[in-house]
Amino acid sequence: MASWDELPLRYRLTIRAYPWRRIAPTPWTTLRVPLREARVALVTSAGLYRPGVDRDFGTREGEDITMRLLPSDAALDALAIGQTSDAFDRSPLERDRNLALPLDRMRDLVADGTIGALAPRVVSFNGSMLAPGRFLRDTSPGVIDALRADQVDAALFVPV
Amino acid sequence: MEEAGIPTAAIALVRSVAERLAAPRMLAVPFRFGQPLGEPGDATGQRAVLRALLALLDDDGPGPVLRDYQPSA
Repeated sequence: MASWDELPLRYRLTIRAYPWRRIAPTPWTTLRVPLREARVALVTSAGLYRPGVDRDFGTREGEDITMRLLPSDAALDALAIGQTSDAFDRSPLERDRNLALPLDRMRDLVADGTIGALAPRVVSFNGSMLAPGRFLRDTSPGVIDALRADQVDAALFVPV
Repeated sequence: MEEAGIPTAAIALVRSVAERLAAPRMLAVPFRFGQPLGEPGDATGQRAVLRALLALLDDDGPGPVLRDYQPSA
């Protein structure tokens, strides 16, 4: 289990003062199809993007609330990691992007019948975000529009 | 997303944050920051985490549902 104690002091101080949200009441939507028939989308906070194709994520830490929609057949190793936080060791993710965007593993699960399909696009944003309220207000409607357009049955969120 | 009719399941790296957040379905994993699915190159382990995450979608609710992932030895 990750622990705040792993983080540099400035992050620990930020976290101590951070206005953590509580979702209340907790919304609930039941999966409408069997998992083996479901089209599942991935959402990552690793800030992954395609250099030269997608706009990169802002370098001012905590301020970029935008998202990128990446095709699910994107070459994982070619994706840049826009998440610039030094709060975690990037080397495992640099060696294997599946840790934050498990496209290969989801294809495995499609192949073995665990799920029906992988959504055609993934949602990528930079999780180092100090204004999640702005993200909810300005960016999340576009996320929902994209997932609806892709007719997804469920979404999985993979943070880093 | 849930309010828009899309069920969700999320990995949680810090259990105390997951408890506070009270999102619909969360899987607390015993991994470090930056490695939400475990070890790089460990396809078997990564699939196992994803299966546990997907299994939350079969829960009848109500939420929040927070489960702990235990890797097999």
